[in-house]
Formats: sequence, C-alpha cells, structure tokens
Amino acid sequence: MPRPEVMDWLRTRFFPHIWCPGCGHGIIMHAILRSLVDTGKKPEETVIASGIGCSSRMPGYIDACTVHTTHGRSLAFATGIKLANPELTIVDVMGDGDCSAIGGNHFIHAARRNIDITAVIMNNNIYGMTGGQSSPTTPIGAKASTAPYGAIEPNFNLCELAAGAGASYVARSTVAQPNICEKYIKKGIENKGFSVVEIMTFCHTQFGRRNKIPKPVDNINRLRDKSVPKAKAEKMAAEELQDKIVTGEFVEKDTPEFVAEYEQLIERVRG
Amino acid sequence: MPKTEFWQGNVALAQGALAAGCRFFGGYPITPSSEIAETMSKELPKRDGRFIQMEDEIASIAATIGASLTGKKSLTATSGPGFSLKQENLGLAYQAEVPIVVVDVMRGGPSTGLPTKISQQDVMQARWGTHGDHATIALCPSSVQECYELAIDAFNLAERFRQPVIILSDEVLGHMRERVIVPESDSIALVDRKKPEVSPSDFVPYKADPKDDIPAMAGFGDGYRWHVTGLTHNEWGFPTNKAPEIEQKMLRVMRKVERFRDDIIKYDTESIEDAEVIVLGYGSVARTGLSAVREARAAGHKVGYFRPVTLWPFPDKELQAQLDTAKTVIVPELNCGQMVHEVERASCGRVEVVQQTLVNGELFKPSEILEKIKEVV
Repeated sequence: MPRPEVMDWLRTRFFPHIWCPGCGHGIIMHAILRSLVDTGKKPEETVIASGIGCSSRMPGYIDACTVHTTHGRSLAFATGIKLANPELTIVDVMGDGDCSAIGGNHFIHAARRNIDITAVIMNNNIYGMTGGQSSPTTPIGAKASTAPYGAIEPNFNLCELAAGAGASYVARSTVAQPNICEKYIKKGIENKGFSVVEIMTFCHTQFGRRNKIPKPVDNINRLRDKSVPKAKAEKMAAEELQDKIVTGEFVEKDTPEFVAEYEQLIERVRG
Repeated sequence: MPKTEFWQGNVALAQGALAAGCRFFGGYPITPSSEIAETMSKELPKRDGRFIQMEDEIASIAATIGASLTGKKSLTATSGPGFSLKQENLGLAYQAEVPIVVVDVMRGGPSTGLPTKISQQDVMQARWGTHGDHATIALCPSSVQECYELAIDAFNLAERFRQPVIILSDEVLGHMRERVIVPESDSIALVDRKKPEVSPSDFVPYKADPKDDIPAMAGFGDGYRWHVTGLTHNEWGFPTNKAPEIEQKMLRVMRKVERFRDDIIKYDTESIEDAEVIVLGYGSVARTGLSAVREARAAGHKVGYFRPVTLWPFPDKELQAQLDTAKTVIVPELNCGQMVHEVERASCGRVEVVQQTLVNGELFKPSEILEKIKEVV
C-alpha cells in the first residue's frame, strides 16, 4: 500500500494500472513519489515525462503535469518543457530500451547539456510491453524473443554512459533497496543539472519466464544478491564483477546547468 | 507607421513568427531552411524567448511541442529530409492537440536529393506524412511579404485550432530577397489558445466546447494537473480502447477544422471571371504562372489565375465556383504530380485537368507556362 503522504499524487480514478502483478515498476513509482513529497514539490509544478513502454505508462498514474510522448523521445520533450518554463521540476521516467536504444542520442545530449532534469531509468533488461525482445542491456547469454539462442551483443553500462556524456549526478540501485532508490532520486531532484538514477528492476513475465526466474520474489532476491556496493566493487577483480550489479553514486559534481546558462545569456543580450 | 524592410524569405518568416508572439524555437540546421534558425537564435533572447539547437530533427520538434505545453507559442523549421524525421512527433501534436508551427522549406528529393534547389515535392508529405488520420492545415506563401504574413496566420490558426500548422515554403522563396512592409505591432491581430475558465479540480483537459469542438488548454505550470499522451484518449486525456470514445475523439479533431474551413481557406485569383483556361499554381510557381497568364491575356486569350494560399484543407468549393466558364485547368508543379490530383478530385470531371511537371531543380520560366497555355487554348 502506498504511504498516505503520496496519495495526493495518485490518479486513483485511472487505476487499475497495466503492470503485471509483482512488477517492480510500482516500487519505483512509489520511490519517485516519496522523493517528490520529501523535497517539497507541488504536483502542479512538477512534470513527469516518459517515452513508450511499460515503465513509460507511469505518468498516467501520477497526478501532476504528465506527458507520455513518443518512443525514446521523452528527454527531448522534457528539454523543451524545462527551457520554456524553468520553474518546473522535471522527472523523466524511461525504460532501458527507450533510454539507450531509440533514445540514446537524446540521452547523451541531455547529459552533455547538463539540463536540470532527473532521468529515472527502470532497467529490466528487456522490452516488456512488446513481448520480450532483447534490449541494449540484455545480458550476454540471456534469452529474449528476438534472441532465442541467447544475446550476443555486449550491453550498455548506462551509468558509465551518462557519466561520460556529462551528467552531474549519476547513481544506481535496485528495486530490492527501495529506500536507497528514494534517497538517490531525491538527490537527483535536488541536483541542479542532469541527474541519472538507474534502477535495476525485473520483468518476470517476459525476461524471467524465458530465463528460468518466473517468480517476482526470486527476481528481487536475485537483484539483492547480485548487488555490490561501489566501495566493495572497487576492490574486486573484473571476473568477480562480471555478473554483478555495482550500486552507489558514481558522479556528484557541480557543473554549469544549461537553462541557467541560457538565462544568463538572455540577461547579457538584453543588458 | 509601418516599416519597410528588405528581407530574405526565411528571415521574413522568422520575423513573422516573432511578430505572432513566437517565443520558442527548437531546430536543427538543414539547407535551405537554416536562416530561420539563425534569425531565431539571434532574436529570441532579445525578447525573453528561448532558442535551442537540438541534437536532431526529431528532438527539435519534440522540444517545440514540450515548450508549447507550457503555454509558449513555439516554432520549428526544416527542409525535406528533416520534415520526414519530424513526422512521428507531428502526429503526437495532432493527437494530443498541441499548437505548434512547422515550416518546411521545400527542396528537391527524395532522400538528400537537391539540398540547394527548389521543389514542391512535400505537398503530400504535409498532408499525409504522419501515420493515422488527422486534419492538416498547410499554408503556402508566394512572396517574401507572404512569408511574413502567413507566419502570423499560421500561429493564429495553430492557437485557435489547437493543432500543428505547416508552412510550405520553398528554396527560391526562402533565399529570395524582397521588400516587406512590416505593420506596426499593435495593428497585428493575434490569437491565443483558449485557457480553462474552471478551477483545477473541475478541469477536464479534452472536454471540447460544442460550439467549436476545441478544448481549452492549460499550460504546464498554470496550476492545473493534466495528462498528455500520444495514445488515443478520452476527455480526461487517459488512454482508451472503448469504441465510442475513440470515435468521438477521432471525429471531433477532424470536425474542428472542417466546420471552420471557410475561416481557414485563403486563395487568390486574377482575370478568372470569364477564363476558359485557368492556371493553378502555388508557392514560387504561382508567380511564374501569373506572369504567363498576364502575357496570355495581353495576347487576347481568356486565361485566368487561381492560387491556393491554403493548400490544406484544399479549396475545393472555391475552385469549383470558378469552373462555370473554364474548360481546362493547367497545374504547373515542381513535382511529378501531387496537387494536380486534388484539382482533379475537386473539379469532379467538369473540366480537363492538365498536369505540367518540372523536376530538374529549377523553377518554371513564364515562357514554358505560356507555351502550355497556348497548347490548350
């Protein structure tokens, strides 16, 4: 059950949601809502943007200014929203394929601009809504409906990608640690710049079923068992880390933010 | 006092947009449209507006739609290949009823084609480019003065009808320099989107006023909470699979344009009352056509001129009204046949429709159209 303080942020008239029973997305939505409440945001001054996919249906359930855009393009929409009205707080919720395949270009450029948007990536390693096709984060060897013999492509490390492209806050957690997810999202919202919070989640119906982990609880336990905090991971060998999820905060830096820079440009031009 | 400027078509278009109240531009460089982005990058900050050069054409229309959701009048401009890239998000703007203006400065195609040469090959892309049914409004200037004026019209229509409006300019017009009379800003009639008059708790974001089939639109940050989606949605903006709700939405967005077509459609004629032959041209071609018509008149031929300024909705009724005396309509176009089929459809077999095609990257010479007129009279 959601905590009472987030109830004002829910469009209960729009429920039941489309997510499968046991899906990890609800945990992430709850963490996002708790973060927004804790940071004192108002729903009518908050925009939740998304692309297409299971994760991207989240804005429909959140009673704020919400926009469900085209596949992969939510950060480009969010960029226009933020630049046109810098007063708004923007959380962009994305799936792994949405963010890193079709939306890869927008992702790296949002990071490069360091625009004040918090991107929450719900990484379940699969395209769930369209029936379990492989994504750029499907692990090598894992089965997907378009990788029936096991995936052979190396997968993206989304946090490294975001850090390399210029994001000013980058962190990763899993749905097995909801309080840490909340903490990172909160820090992302408070950071003035592009924040990326990757949350490892699962799709037991599409990924789990094909890869012999069909039960939600087994998926959560798997995520917990595979998690290695960054400090510990730094002392581990590459082979030991192969199948692990390194969690923690990877980037926290104070660099110029795009919208603020543009405001200064306006002041300069207008004198 | 109105001012006189000597502007390039693309600059006039950008200036018209600014005069219309445009305060956001999202773009990506592409020949022959880039001067629109360049002008906006220079002028918008002076007016507390926002310019952004996005990472690609898809992103630039996305940012433009996003900006419009906050209540800002927003523009994006491109040419052929960029217009193709924008089509998916253009569909979202139709579906979610977000007012934006999209300029396509037409160049030769398909593909990279002829970046620095004129064409009129995007007429059908403007009408049917995005997937799914939608009511298109597309305006087509023929002079630099009209680049300025139609930019204002485009914003007024976009705001009134809550949907994208397309301006189909072309390479010659975009780069041509002409005198432009710029009216005083307070003499320009501007239209702003309808804002909700109800409290946030009573706001139903897609509940249309039956008087005009157009819902009021709150901006993000105006104190309202609402949902925008590219999914087919009900009055609450929530996705629906219910047949009556789907049909209601689809038919309403078609109807909101169709029932006010007389307010939208603009056209221009000359010497048409007794014309046996009508030359129907648009964009840069219309000027060559008019020149040929005048020469033919001087030579004693009963030839008239009809120019759709609004390409979509196509001025069927307005053209039909001119067909009592006419036996032939000549349609010179810089494509292999796009608007000619609309003319055939609108003329209902009452006249012979003659296609004149030019696809070598150049503009018709008046003599070529005159030749065609002489062939048919």
